[in-house]
Amino acid sequence: MTLDIAVRLIRGGFELDVDLSLGAGVTALFGPSGAGKTSVARVVAGLDRPARARVALDGRDLSVLPPHRRGIGYVFQEPRLMPHLDVRRNLLFGAPSDDLADIPARLDLLHLLDRKPIHLSGGEAARVSLGRALLRRPRLLICDEPLAALDHRLRDRILPHFEGLRAGGVPVLYITHAMEEVARLADTLVLMRGGRVVRAGPVAALLSDPALAAVIGPRAAGAVLDGRVLSAMGGIARIETGAGVLSLPVDGAVPGGVVRVRIPATDVMLATVRPAGLSAMNVLPVEVAAIHPGEGPGAMLRLRAGKAHLLSRITQASLNRLGLVEGMPAWAIVKATAIARADIGG
Amino acid sequence: MIDLPPEAVQALALSLRVSLTATVLTAPLALALAHLLARGRFRGRDLLAAAIHLPLVLPPVVTGYALLLLFAPSAPLGAALQAMGLPLAFRWTGAALAAGVMALPLMVRPMRLSIEAVDPGLEEAAATLGRSPWAVWRGVTLPLMAPGLLAGVTLGFAKAFGEFGATITFAASIPGETRTLPAAIYAFLQVPGGEASVRGLVAVAVAVSLAAVVLSDVVARRMATRLRDPA
Repeated sequence: MTLDIAVRLIRGGFELDVDLSLGAGVTALFGPSGAGKTSVARVVAGLDRPARARVALDGRDLSVLPPHRRGIGYVFQEPRLMPHLDVRRNLLFGAPSDDLADIPARLDLLHLLDRKPIHLSGGEAARVSLGRALLRRPRLLICDEPLAALDHRLRDRILPHFEGLRAGGVPVLYITHAMEEVARLADTLVLMRGGRVVRAGPVAALLSDPALAAVIGPRAAGAVLDGRVLSAMGGIARIETGAGVLSLPVDGAVPGGVVRVRIPATDVMLATVRPAGLSAMNVLPVEVAAIHPGEGPGAMLRLRAGKAHLLSRITQASLNRLGLVEGMPAWAIVKATAIARADIGG
Repeated sequence: MIDLPPEAVQALALSLRVSLTATVLTAPLALALAHLLARGRFRGRDLLAAAIHLPLVLPPVVTGYALLLLFAPSAPLGAALQAMGLPLAFRWTGAALAAGVMALPLMVRPMRLSIEAVDPGLEEAAATLGRSPWAVWRGVTLPLMAPGLLAGVTLGFAKAFGEFGATITFAASIPGETRTLPAAIYAFLQVPGGEASVRGLVAVAVAVSLAAVVLSDVVARRMATRLRDPA
């Protein structure tokens, strides 16, 4: 799949200028509010049709088509369920047949099929909204911050259902301003700011780029590693990643399962000699690949660990005290809490 | 059952024919205008709204006179309609036109409000689910605005059924042709000994109006439950 988007529009002082070509898998549009993410999504879906916009899916120009002929599913921030229809008929609203397939089971909706939307909780409504878009058999699925309106606990419960999308094969354009969702869901990351694309590329490469830490924020910066579970015991899984073997707590990890590990830069400490007697379980030999002094008291370091890269955020003072320079070997201490849960779609 | 003189029965039958015809023909127009006013973005929208609401605020006799100016056989429009086989002045069709014009603003208003209350986000969602604009209207807009549609039709029917001033000005009060129930009540009041007939007609008028309101209330409540209750 390739999705080509070229949009130029000016609306009340806001200027959107985006030219993108996206591949299969989950693409995250990430950026602060007002970056133009939703504007791009609405143009792709045909809900807004500015004069200077071109949208092509696999080379086929969609720009001329009204939204209902584009074959694009859209999960809005609000569930937007039809209040006069029960859950079953909401799910089937855009479906080509009356077959609910495995959607109610997959999204844990079996017991809700006869309810009216007014009797659903926020999380239930969000799942119906996702199921409805999937049953429509979209060629492309747009998710516009579908979890933003939910509280933290609920988000953690619903996120796995969206993780399932990665395995589903439908290309997804996922809009969010939560880095956690990007790290867990996305294959490709598009960073947006002020109506423009700052950077676009594979998630792992972009998130471990210290130069981008300033854009995405030092707390959101961090490496993302795809790994395989070697063994799991007592809630702790040994995971083989490109950076080496890590021991991390993972809920419901199964040997052989695929997991995605996110290691925020703030959770990686550095030592020049191999530390001993630490409570942290993961100590990896690394090489300092790049040093990016920040504007504040912190510095962002890119570390080569095996075939992968980690990011570490330490203070300028520590940097000077340790005498770290590019090319120098060091030890990275990774706190064991830094992990996204098992990828249930894997 | 009240024993009604034949003139009264005639007036009731005529009134029902006039008001039902007016309602059936005006409702689609009112629906279209309500959409235009609720969703349309065009110059002169306020002017259109004002024109629709004019019969509501004008003395009915003025509206009737305006209809006379437009649709009398001597006026170009009236002459053209007469040539097409639709004479209006002093005919029951004219009474229906007057009733329709008077009912229009009462129909448009609740319909417009109920359309404005429909979340356009739902219509967008329906479009992304593959529904054409017509299917979106049928499957989302119409069912959600249905209570307002019903209220408009009921109000419009009640207005058309009771219309007096514009009708008598435009279509006069010809027994069997344009003497509707209100006109008949008025006429019976003018003749000595007509009181008995008046009381009967008033009872009928109250019964018909009440039935319309109760019926629409029942249907509206059923619609509201449909949104709230499971299954």
